[in-house]
Amino acid sequence: MSVYPYIVAAWLLGAGLYGVMSSRNYVHLIICLTVMQASTYVLLLSVGYVSHGKAPIFADIPTNSTVVDPVVQALTLTDVVVEATVVALLLALVVQANKRFNTVDPDAMTRMRE
Amino acid sequence: MTRGRSVTALIGLVLLVGGLAWGATGLYGFGHYHASYGRIVAHASVPDRSATNSVVVTAFDYRAFDTLGEEFILFVSVVGVLVLLRRLRGESGRDEENVAEEDRRASESTRWIGLAAAGPLVVVTVYIVVHGQLTPGGGFQGGVILMSAIAFVAVGGESMVLLRLRRTSRWVEMAESAGAAGFAMIGFGGLIAAGVFFQNFLPKGTSGLLTGGVIPLANIAVGLEVGGALLMVIAELFDQRLRGRRL
Amino acid sequence: MNQLAPLAVAVPLLGAALLVLGHSLVPRIAAELLALGLAAASTVMTTLLLIHVGHGLTIYWFGGWHPREGVAIGIDFAVSAIGAGLAAFVSSLMVLALVFSIRYLDVRHPYYQVMMLTFMAGMVGFCLSGDLFNMFVMFELMSVAAVALVGYKISEGAALEGGLNFAVINTIGAFLFLLGIALIYAHTGALNLGQMGASLRRSGDDRVVVVAFTLIVGALLIKAAVVPFHFWLADAYAVALTPVCLLLAGAMSELGIYGVGQVWFTAFQGALGSHLHVVRAILVGAGLLTALWGGAMALTEDHLKRLLAFVTISFVGVFLIGVGLLSEDGVAGTAVYVLADGFAKALLFACVGILQHRLGKVGQHRLHGRGRSMVATGVLFTAGGLLIATVPPFGPFLGKAMIDDAAIKAGYGFVPPLVALASGLCGAAVLAAGARVFCGWGDPGRDAPDLADEDTEPETREGQTRTPATMFGPALVLLAGAVACGVWSGLPGLAASAAHRFTDFPGYHAAVFGTARHLGSVKSSSPQWFDYLYGAAATALAIVLAGLELWGERGVPGWKRASAAVAAAMGPIRSLHSGRVGDYTAALALGIGVLGVLLAATLV
Repeated sequence: MSVYPYIVAAWLLGAGLYGVMSSRNYVHLIICLTVMQASTYVLLLSVGYVSHGKAPIFADIPTNSTVVDPVVQALTLTDVVVEATVVALLLALVVQANKRFNTVDPDAMTRMRE
Repeated sequence: MTRGRSVTALIGLVLLVGGLAWGATGLYGFGHYHASYGRIVAHASVPDRSATNSVVVTAFDYRAFDTLGEEFILFVSVVGVLVLLRRLRGESGRDEENVAEEDRRASESTRWIGLAAAGPLVVVTVYIVVHGQLTPGGGFQGGVILMSAIAFVAVGGESMVLLRLRRTSRWVEMAESAGAAGFAMIGFGGLIAAGVFFQNFLPKGTSGLLTGGVIPLANIAVGLEVGGALLMVIAELFDQRLRGRRL
Repeated sequence: MNQLAPLAVAVPLLGAALLVLGHSLVPRIAAELLALGLAAASTVMTTLLLIHVGHGLTIYWFGGWHPREGVAIGIDFAVSAIGAGLAAFVSSLMVLALVFSIRYLDVRHPYYQVMMLTFMAGMVGFCLSGDLFNMFVMFELMSVAAVALVGYKISEGAALEGGLNFAVINTIGAFLFLLGIALIYAHTGALNLGQMGASLRRSGDDRVVVVAFTLIVGALLIKAAVVPFHFWLADAYAVALTPVCLLLAGAMSELGIYGVGQVWFTAFQGALGSHLHVVRAILVGAGLLTALWGGAMALTEDHLKRLLAFVTISFVGVFLIGVGLLSEDGVAGTAVYVLADGFAKALLFACVGILQHRLGKVGQHRLHGRGRSMVATGVLFTAGGLLIATVPPFGPFLGKAMIDDAAIKAGYGFVPPLVALASGLCGAAVLAAGARVFCGWGDPGRDAPDLADEDTEPETREGQTRTPATMFGPALVLLAGAVACGVWSGLPGLAASAAHRFTDFPGYHAAVFGTARHLGSVKSSSPQWFDYLYGAAATALAIVLAGLELWGERGVPGWKRASAAVAAAMGPIRSLHSGRVGDYTAALALGIGVLGVLLAATLV
């Protein structure tokens, strides 16, 4: 099915977002953010695919072969590693919040009583 | 979830996810990418830069400025982690004795596997970073493998190495910031040597390792930075664990 | 001269990396001065760039990669007056924020300076960029630096909570942005805005374009904190360090709106331009809702920084109205308003920072009357309050007048009174708070046990008996800036010409692919008599409402019942701001969904 990867991307987004909305544990919430991240990568990479295209590395294939789009791959490549460190930043916040509130439950952490 | 939130969430999810699916299915089918950008870039990397890995050439040459930005996102996240996990007045650590105790309880075989894997992993890192422009790989991947080399050792049962890492973190920090500064300076080098920021000013070579102009240097800078950054992050998080708080 | 564009971003970044490299060798004062120097350098560079670019549009291709076969293969910086002007404004605010932080702020140097410099570099890059993915990278750079800066005070639970809410919501926004980029890249084959615009004009409206536009604009509106994506902002601004608040309120909020304008005028206008009125209605509607919501919430807040956060939200609503009118005049008015208002809001935050330094608290009722000795700060605060109530003839008034005129021209005659109402509400909130704290007027009254009661970790270490010059100075400069924007007669004309260039769709594409189109300068009209009326009315409303807030219970019959009724009505709205990230995320999803459904009306 030629739209299957797009459905997968949308599904991952939904699953991750649902997880964030209903989470009772901040670490779980951050992992759900990672799932949402995965949906962006799936979408990016699947729009660049060329049927019967090879990887855009010309080390052992002729330079005029059909290859998939390297641009989206370059975007994803840098993004993956960078987002890992951003997740680390969020986790650092959670570690400190746990020390302060003695819980990792987002709903129990609220001090902003309005 | 409260009832208000459940209702909002349900409607929101249906609209958002449904909308995305509806929009994306309006695209060409999977495998029918036909735009020119990718094609031009892929077929130009060998003539332009004598480098066969067009993904790396895109990331470090055509779109080098994006990579500079991404690199600094990584850099500032690590600074953020350092700042957020800083030791406040009154926080003590159990440090050495407890770590040593834990290590004693780890199994010998896992410890030796960890140690044995570290060396080859470092070699793999160097290989991947340096051959970035020729075969799949590059600075980002290499940095991650470097971190995993140390993590391997720690997980295997030599957690003391992470503790010592924390103590010698000055060097790791310097390596990391040198990597970041190095990448920025390559950009400046382009400006100074060739008049345009990030202009690839070194000779492109013909084949082998010294191809791609500044790309290998950029890869090394990024590899240092990513490896250093990730090492600092795991050292910091590990340090938190030592301070006696269960997550 | 063109080289200044990349240098304005790269020099602070390189400086930040070098600061970390040498950090054990660098004493505190050296780090502060170096950071200040780099920020000042960036300001100078962006200002020179602004002067150099004039009415034109300069394209700078990184790596010397000019377009090939009509496809842009490299990244470009597309510098025009609005972008360069915003970048210069942002850098100058950073200079003031760094001055404010000198010596007294209790932070880990040089990491604090490193984060601030990176924050600034991200903002400047966002303003100058002409490539959509590059805008995304700069957006992320800003957000990550801001998250670390907001959560800085790790010993305060509220700060961590604010930081986490901010981080989660902004991260989701970033993912939506990236999804939008993937879709539009697939549809147009371009990441460069100029190329994208040309391609969209050829292909026209399509469900992919609508969904991509929803996601990208949605992400930018999340960053700008437009209702219903605004919940994170009050939590975050309330707990951040004062210099950081200065920047967040004065600069970062505006960038989301700038982004919306940039993607519309350079790219999406091509496809959706024929349905202008639908998009306009949606954006103006969202803006009005935000403006009124922010104003109303500001009046109910006790915590001073949270109050100012809602004032910020209200102003973002007005900026969105200005840009959302999708016309040249609207953009010109917004440019002036952003400048003047940015100064005014930063001024208010600076005053609250001084209060926090001297008295250690930020709750109005806790601080009741204790600011009596701080006369100068009180005067500044009141001046700030009047300015945001758009008292004629100063900066904010001028900007608002231009936006009102643009709205009337576009047929939205009901907008000016509502915006005046919102300004009045915000002004009232600030003036009442100022009177309570600095003059001791009004009842010491209700002892609401909320955020302000928690012992905040002192932001500063010493000197609590006098206000240091490094804190007072920036506040004065900010006041001067806000006033000057109205008084400088050349500003409206410059803004109008800059807006003319910003909204020039064919010219952008032509510039990116070779030949720049020459556009002359444009005259702008001065405020009409009814603009003065609205400005005066808003100011009067602010003063009257502030008075009622303070003394209504004693003097005015029926006020008690009226205010109780209003409080009851506001109750549900206030409870929406629960502090729980799950609620915020649900509201975000619903908001984006509804935005998409509304925009799909363009396909009909």
